[in-house]
Amino acid sequence: MSINQQSYAATEKFLTRKSFIEMDALGRAASILDGGKGRVLLGPFDRIHSPWLAMQEIVIQEDDGVILLKGTIDGKPALVISIESAFQGGSMGEVSGAKIAASLELILAEHTKGRETRPVILFESGGVRLQEANLGLAVIAEIHSAIVALRNKIPVVGVIAGMVGCFGGMSLAASLCSYLIMTRQARLGMNGPEVIEQEAGIEELDSSDRSLIWSLIGGEQRVAIGQADVLVEDDADEIAAAVRRSFNNGVVSQPRSARVDEYLAKLNEYDPARAADPIALRAAWKKGD
Amino acid sequence: MSDTSISRGDTWLKSLTSRETSTAFGCASVVFGDAPLGNTNARFIAVVPDPKSKFPRARKGEVGLEQGWILAKLIRDTMKLDEGATPRPIVAVVDVTSQAYGRREEMLGIQLACAAAADAYIAARLAGHIVLSLIVGRAMSGAYLAHGYQANRIIALDDPQIFVHAMGKQAAARITLRAVDELDKLGERVLPMSYNIRNYAKLGLLYELVSGVDADKPTSDDVNKVREVLVRAMDDVKASGKRDLINRLTSNDAIKIRAASNTVREQLMKEWN
Amino acid sequence: MEILKYDYPSAKSPISKKVHVGVVGSGDLEILLEPSKDGLAHVVISTSVNGYGQVWQDVIDRFFSKFDGAAAIEINDFGATPGMVALRLQQAVEKLK
Repeated sequence: MSINQQSYAATEKFLTRKSFIEMDALGRAASILDGGKGRVLLGPFDRIHSPWLAMQEIVIQEDDGVILLKGTIDGKPALVISIESAFQGGSMGEVSGAKIAASLELILAEHTKGRETRPVILFESGGVRLQEANLGLAVIAEIHSAIVALRNKIPVVGVIAGMVGCFGGMSLAASLCSYLIMTRQARLGMNGPEVIEQEAGIEELDSSDRSLIWSLIGGEQRVAIGQADVLVEDDADEIAAAVRRSFNNGVVSQPRSARVDEYLAKLNEYDPARAADPIALRAAWKKGD
Repeated sequence: MSDTSISRGDTWLKSLTSRETSTAFGCASVVFGDAPLGNTNARFIAVVPDPKSKFPRARKGEVGLEQGWILAKLIRDTMKLDEGATPRPIVAVVDVTSQAYGRREEMLGIQLACAAAADAYIAARLAGHIVLSLIVGRAMSGAYLAHGYQANRIIALDDPQIFVHAMGKQAAARITLRAVDELDKLGERVLPMSYNIRNYAKLGLLYELVSGVDADKPTSDDVNKVREVLVRAMDDVKASGKRDLINRLTSNDAIKIRAASNTVREQLMKEWN
Repeated sequence: MEILKYDYPSAKSPISKKVHVGVVGSGDLEILLEPSKDGLAHVVISTSVNGYGQVWQDVIDRFFSKFDGAAAIEINDFGATPGMVALRLQQAVEKLK
């Protein structure tokens, strides 16, 4: 193709791409599955909502902000667990967290009976829902347990697309996954920038400095230092393809959260007295090392 | 008991291991000791303050980058030592103020460091180790997820300085635009939001809340009492034949308070096929 | 938070299925629409913004001036404008077809 043809094709691709970020949780989940469709489990008409919000005069969402969509990926049974970030920031309450933990636990139980379901988690969450504090935190620990127990039987594939990103206890969950796919717009961090600014001061981190934040914890940076696996554009087809490829790559024998000596060595080489330099870090910690 | 104690976590680790403790792989903030528990030998692990820690934002007992990875290494080494033999019980002595908050922490991936610690505790359970947690101080947020929340059974001391929560009170007050005493009142109405350990105990997540011991300066009777609860917890896990977290859903309190969690599981099974 | 209830006994056409639209996000709402148990239309609204009962009444009245389904409608609202409410109601009706 000539240069003009290439740039035309690229523009065409950009204009016809389907934005994943602009879709709600249900749309995102459907776009991952074959044929763009699936069956909703524990949907809003089951009315299994938060038992804790109404007493605080907070309006519920009947599915508590987590959508379970069962379908297929490359013809194989699959479940997409999609967090609706528009509801309470995608935060984990008793029910929203239970839907995630229960799904992963059930998939493991099914696996022991010879029935495989491919789990995909669309992480779009600020972490624990403060209005349910200790039950949110507890269920996140259960999610961690379920991911680790499941991932050496079936790959657990995580996607962070933005714009909310993945924070708090769910950032640990994302890091436990077999594969983690991120867009440039996505962020993966344990503490929200506002919380760091609040706890450690604006010198430590100016939460209004967007380019700083993304340079430290954005998708491109995370992939470049090996803390996520695949960088994708905000394109539903591309993301679905990356999910399919991840399953084809199979179970990961040494997930990054188990590669202790490797990371300790990297940490030992790092000199905290130096200014934080995310670009230099890419060279030192580059993906694939 | 000890004038040189640097934290409750340090105090209780030393008490339970008769002061035979070591730092893990040269990291002064991850300390452990091996000591009898019932008729077996257990490994006790604590995260403690280290004012000389390499990362300035992790010097007061937080779980930061080093603590996360070193915990992971210690637990995995313990697993390796026990390969081919009966896996020993691992006891997390929990007094962790929070995860570390800092620019370097985020850049270098504290989410992965804490995940690594949680991962190791889970791997230990999956390999047959009984994991217990003893909360003697703070068990907060990501630090608790990394160190303590993966236990088969969790025990806490009944003491007003014991806090389990997702966010510190001051920070939570700022974020929810409420006064601190408003938050306290809210915690009385909304059980999971309470900072009071006695309310945490009602959620059905604890094996036991131990009263009548001095959390700061335990006597030897206090230590024996706690050790006895740990032994009972260990035997309870053994008797169950499982190494999972299911008791957090099946305890009497959980059946009441976490009813929705159980409904989710039951309904999901009905709709699955 | 306020809970508002409205009944439309003249809306009696049978509804054939359940439909759901929307998200309880800032400025948005979710609607659960299903066949009413007693053959008449009922609307229950939980809204995060108090004091707009009359505005809700107007919007729902206008909706039922063109819709005569015997629907049980549940609305969970997080500060949507009347225009947004009308849009979501319309989306729900579309899904019924």
